[in-house]
Amino acid sequence: MSIRTPTSSIFRPAKGVDQGALKANQSLVDDINRRNVLRGAVSLGALSMLTGCDVSEADSVQSVLRAVSYWNDRVQAAIFRPGHLAPTYSEAQVVKPPRFNAYYDVEDVKPLDGATWKLELAGLIADKRAWTAQQIYELPEQELIVKHICVEGWDYIGQWSGVSLRKFLERIGADLTAKYIAFKCADDYTESIDMATALHPQTILATKYAKQTIADPFGFPLRLRMGTKLGFKNAKWITAIEVTNTFPDTFWHKQGFNWFAGI
Amino acid sequence: MSNSDVNSNARHPRRLHPLPVRIMHWTNAVAVLIMITSGWKIYNDEVIFGWLHFPEAITLGKWAQHGLQWHFLGMWIFALNGIAYLTYGIFSGRFKQKLFPLSVRDIIATVGDALTFRLKHDDLTHYNAVQKMLYLGIILVGILTVLSGLTIWKPVQFSELTALFYDFQTARLVHFLCMTAFVLFLVVHVALALLVPQSLLAMLTGGPKLEDGPSIATDATEIKATN
Repeated sequence: MSIRTPTSSIFRPAKGVDQGALKANQSLVDDINRRNVLRGAVSLGALSMLTGCDVSEADSVQSVLRAVSYWNDRVQAAIFRPGHLAPTYSEAQVVKPPRFNAYYDVEDVKPLDGATWKLELAGLIADKRAWTAQQIYELPEQELIVKHICVEGWDYIGQWSGVSLRKFLERIGADLTAKYIAFKCADDYTESIDMATALHPQTILATKYAKQTIADPFGFPLRLRMGTKLGFKNAKWITAIEVTNTFPDTFWHKQGFNWFAGI
Repeated sequence: MSNSDVNSNARHPRRLHPLPVRIMHWTNAVAVLIMITSGWKIYNDEVIFGWLHFPEAITLGKWAQHGLQWHFLGMWIFALNGIAYLTYGIFSGRFKQKLFPLSVRDIIATVGDALTFRLKHDDLTHYNAVQKMLYLGIILVGILTVLSGLTIWKPVQFSELTALFYDFQTARLVHFLCMTAFVLFLVVHVALALLVPQSLLAMLTGGPKLEDGPSIATDATEIKATN
């Protein structure tokens, strides 16, 4: 086997490699079977061609894709601008009624009873007393006319009002240095957001749409509405809020969607 | 190995396609295929044109979320490799040397030659005006793809960028049109690479050696195309 003289490079040591190393490891080098490497590469390519056997589903591939998704969570948290506002629109541009989104069809929505509904509080909160709808609806309101952007690609302008989440968290004595706010919903949906987004000026617990009490399909009596997250992050029919430092996994994240899902 | 080879620098590459160019070309090829096929999967979830759905068999990812996972992996490869390529192209002088000068007159003349079957492919080291236009064009499309993609990814965080595209939906349409441009480019690019196999081979092995000047192909006689 002849060894070519390498070209000069700042990345290469000035002195050549000791040729003794090659002799000592000759059997190992011989063992690298080029044909097998090629065969493996071809098999991987063929695997992806097979219909019904998608390479994305393979565990090893999923672990890589999920690792990148976690990395993308961190990048999104890093580029999040806490004081930067989503564009707002005029009342004339508001779409009525709003567009429905959930993990099931609108016919399958189970309306909640506002009289018996309660909002439970848990985790790093000083005052964990539950709230009735009446109490929540008496809190000072903030209006938000922003775009709802769905992960699928559609969007519409909506007009939401309700208490600022930051003000609500302050009121109940939540630990604002905690990492996550988790939401439990009446339809078994789970959602969680980062604290920076929870404290953003365009994050509210909405009770009204276009100045009317939110209709059943859109989250009555209480839903989350954020100007800085994709549509699915805006939990509807909320029944419990938890402030925590332990990552609360979520309905869509478990199925492979990105967790941070910021816009 | 001659002394001039050892002392070669970016202005006098030893090969038509120096190793960094070949690595970045094939990295880009993989990234673009990932982006296009996973992009089709994402598109299918909410189509822009009612008459256009991409066949599921040629999309990447089992469900929409897997298409998104691939797309947000591929974006790093495409963008970082693209930045490396632009940096290399600008600072090594390769862009200036290969893609310029470019004039409308040359483009018309080249198209005329092609239509009358007088277009020569015997010198791989020299790009004709249409090649220059296509390579320059796809670089610009690549940049536009990244910008429109960033807008779709973060329309609020990068709201200044969103305003440049008018709004979220127009950025989405521009991103789609960029994909279309990439697919059309790929059809032409791959077809011509197969018609002139030496050019495909050159992107694997480095191609003909270049001696003193960047545009002089010493091996031109050896790589004469079959047509």
